[in-house]
Amino acid sequence: MTEPLTHADFKSDIKPVWCPGCGDFGVVNAMTKALAKLALRPENVAVVSGIGCSSRIPAYTSCYGFHGVHGRALVAGAGLKLARPDLTVIVTGGDGDGYSIGGNHFLHACRRNVDMTYIVMDNRVYGMTKGQPSPTTEPDWDSKLSPDGTGLREFLPMVIALASGANFIARAFTGDPNGLADVIVQAVRHPGFSFVEVLSPCVTFRPEQREWKRMVRTDALEPTADIARATRRLMRDDGFDLGVLFAGGRPPFEPRGTRGTKPVDELEARFAV
Amino acid sequence: MKRKLPRTVGEFMAYAWAMEVEAAERYAELAEQMSTHHNAEVADLFAWLARIEGKHRDQIMQQMGWTQPPDTAAFSWDTPEGPETTDYGDLHYLMTPYHALKLAEHNEQRAAEFFEHFAASKVPAGVRDAAAEMAEEEREHVRLIQEWLAKFPEPEAGWDEDLDPPQGAD
Amino acid sequence: MRGWPARLSKMINPAASYPSVSIALAGSGGAGVMTAGNMLLEAAAHAGYYALMTRSSGPQIRGGEAAAMVRIACRPTECMEDTFHVLAAVDWENVQRFSAEIPLGPDSLLVGDPDQGAPHEVFTRSGATYAPLPLKKMAKGIVEGRANMLLLGLVAELVGLPDDAVVRAVEKTLGKRPAALAPSLAAVAAGRAAAAAIPTRFPLAPPPPCDAPRWLLTGNEAAGYGAIKGGVRFVAAYPITPATELLEWMAPALAEVGGTLVQAEDELASVNMAIGGSYGGVPALTATSGPGLSLMVESLGLAVAAEVPLVVVDVMRVGPSTGIPTKSEQSDLNIALYGLHGDAPHIVVAPNSVADCMRTTQWAVRLAETLQTPAIVLSDQFLGQTRAVIDRPADLADASGRVVAEAGAPGYQRYAITPSGISPMAIPGTSGVTYTADGLEHGERGTPSSQGTDHLAQLDKRQRKLELADYGSHWADVEGDGDVAVITFGSCTGVVREALAHARRRGFGARLVSMRLLSPAQPARLAAALAGVRKALVIEQNHSGQLYRYLRAEFDLPCPIESLRRPGALQFTPAEIRGHLAEWSRT
Repeated sequence: MTEPLTHADFKSDIKPVWCPGCGDFGVVNAMTKALAKLALRPENVAVVSGIGCSSRIPAYTSCYGFHGVHGRALVAGAGLKLARPDLTVIVTGGDGDGYSIGGNHFLHACRRNVDMTYIVMDNRVYGMTKGQPSPTTEPDWDSKLSPDGTGLREFLPMVIALASGANFIARAFTGDPNGLADVIVQAVRHPGFSFVEVLSPCVTFRPEQREWKRMVRTDALEPTADIARATRRLMRDDGFDLGVLFAGGRPPFEPRGTRGTKPVDELEARFAV
Repeated sequence: MKRKLPRTVGEFMAYAWAMEVEAAERYAELAEQMSTHHNAEVADLFAWLARIEGKHRDQIMQQMGWTQPPDTAAFSWDTPEGPETTDYGDLHYLMTPYHALKLAEHNEQRAAEFFEHFAASKVPAGVRDAAAEMAEEEREHVRLIQEWLAKFPEPEAGWDEDLDPPQGAD
Repeated sequence: MRGWPARLSKMINPAASYPSVSIALAGSGGAGVMTAGNMLLEAAAHAGYYALMTRSSGPQIRGGEAAAMVRIACRPTECMEDTFHVLAAVDWENVQRFSAEIPLGPDSLLVGDPDQGAPHEVFTRSGATYAPLPLKKMAKGIVEGRANMLLLGLVAELVGLPDDAVVRAVEKTLGKRPAALAPSLAAVAAGRAAAAAIPTRFPLAPPPPCDAPRWLLTGNEAAGYGAIKGGVRFVAAYPITPATELLEWMAPALAEVGGTLVQAEDELASVNMAIGGSYGGVPALTATSGPGLSLMVESLGLAVAAEVPLVVVDVMRVGPSTGIPTKSEQSDLNIALYGLHGDAPHIVVAPNSVADCMRTTQWAVRLAETLQTPAIVLSDQFLGQTRAVIDRPADLADASGRVVAEAGAPGYQRYAITPSGISPMAIPGTSGVTYTADGLEHGERGTPSSQGTDHLAQLDKRQRKLELADYGSHWADVEGDGDVAVITFGSCTGVVREALAHARRRGFGARLVSMRLLSPAQPARLAAALAGVRKALVIEQNHSGQLYRYLRAEFDLPCPIESLRRPGALQFTPAEIRGHLAEWSRT
């Protein structure tokens, strides 16, 4: 079958449960466009997620999907990619799933640098559980669970990603699905662990985020392969600069040692008296 | 992403076509979203708008005598999406036909401005003429939408009030 | 492996020949008793004997007090004896902490260096003979000689292990360090010569003919190999005592056969990586112990709900919480059976000997793959870390495997309700049958559903596929006969077997049921195995009687059952079981 696929071929017939206005619709749009542009086939792509509104995304694509447990999408995706290096693995999820319960795995995923792409739909809130602060929520944001705010400094995913070794780091915005699609294409093409932090407004619990479209700065980041330069750039980042921050040269993770072809029963020599 | 200026009528109409395609697809998607959220009135409205944009798209194909869709890979919009495409972020599940039509009006206005911009730029005369024509058509669409709008007055404050709190599913 | 060489002239009492001898070597501060113990074990193997070695040590990482316990026997052996024949110590620093693990009797022999202090009263009160030897002085007399090698030679002489077997064992360990080899061999020879000063001997009976391959390995290694035989080609690992060696053995072995092992950042990562790999179509495994299994249970539930095959080996240790990481216990049965939230039926199996670790782990892989569910393998520290000389285990005849969906299968539904409960699994890369696996409850297509009817249908499906499966004869070992029975599992099986064999020789008969398949419960099969039995004793190594309670809860048994249990850090001895059985069976 040689006819090129369009983004429509990557969408499933399942209707998203997301609130109209949700930024995540933009991500489905962008992802499907990106996958078509990459000339991939749905059966060779796996979308792996955890728990949260944005983690519903796998079923909205026609690719293989894995909707796992909260916080563990990155490791499920890594296991899948390591067992099946022939697949394109895209891990998706939200800021709570990825930076809170998933924080440890995020850090190590950047270190490990397995060739896969991680798209985080950051709305600075736990939406699915009805409005609690997440690690990226502003310290003074009032909520029922943390009245008057958490008082905690925000988690800075781009900083953590850069410091931990992610090989491609970008920020995008769901209000620009075409721009996001381009970034996803670059991210998938770039070897190693590619991290795309996507500002994705939650119109239900953070309706003020509708203002984001007036605050983001398109093409404000210039990709560099120089970590020091990217670091300096991040030091004057206010969270609304879009573009590719870092595109590095780390080789993607490969398990050490050659994969052999020895027949299994030859292992018995290790036990023979 | 710098927009490349069309040099031929064909290239220009490819822009116009792409705009309609994106607008139609978006309206269809929004119709589905509204339907899932049980806002039948607005779902129907978006579906109708999708059909209209689809007609515009087909008209362009016919007009230009194209048997294949044009290649739109080489250009891009100055704005994040096509001028006639509704921003996902502008929806609300309780929105009324008034709001939907205001969005449509905004889309048509932007489309008209888009073509007016071409009509006023350094493009060959043929393209300028085609652009002026398209701009006039879009202005006509704006008037049509405004006629519809007259039937739907702006709703009172509190239109977005839902007495039920949000639900969590997972 | 050879026949018995003629050394009769050197034996003091040729008529007393031992079918089994148990030796303990002890010492501290880098004395090298573990190394000597290993060499003794290897020498026994080379001489054609079966053998078993366990170890114990103080908490220090290095230089602590240590003991190596070796049993050498003419028949396959799965447990330690009631008493040790020899306790030979380089020094006595804190060796009394091992006293419970090295029981002595009046016929036992204590060997020690009088310049390093006297044996502790806890050892001498047994009535054992004490033979002092100036080990340190003797070692000094040999250039770079070490006391542990002296003891090796001495012990070899005391039990009659032939020279060539001992030399071979020493060469195997020290072969890469030629500078250490010669002095060690000299020390071994000196140790042999020093035995002349000790009248006691425990000469081993001749070894049986060796007509089949013999292996020297630990249960952890056997389990790792069994997993690979079962088809595992992806392992995600996080180290934890006493499971680490299983993973470390698998790392190079997997690579050799084309598989992959990766180290993860924690157990949550390792179990989810394994699930991801398995979702991708590659049989996957992780191994851990109690604390790690506790972390993994949420994800095991995911594997149940999404119907993803998975094997988790739990090498049980003393719990709860951090417990005693270096000691064995059978107290994770509860969490293995009940630890998943919701109704989440899955497989739980337990190997019952070092040799059985291979077969039962392989079986677990086959079950997990065929039934598309997680399988927990309950091994334990005793099985996992004991080094044993065994007959090469028989292969498992089981060709079952994952049922996969064909490309383009029309109307494919991943979680279709089928009579067997097993629905074909689409493997990523296969066109036309893409689906999203989900921990959310779902309908047949896999789309999330909050409908009670879908939930019931899927629960029934997941239950049915386990219930209808044919577990063959592997579900338990049913041995012997009598009007009473012993029910047990895991490492208790070895000591129970030995106790029953001894009792049988004295005319006492009892049936043994060692359960390998713990979940799903097989009440009808257990009832059949107990037909004609008037009462059964459930023997297990945990405090609360987890197997006993499980049997009472889930099984309709044809006879009353009672519980004999003790928590971990100490294995049952055959004598204790025999004594208890004798008393218990009187009524």
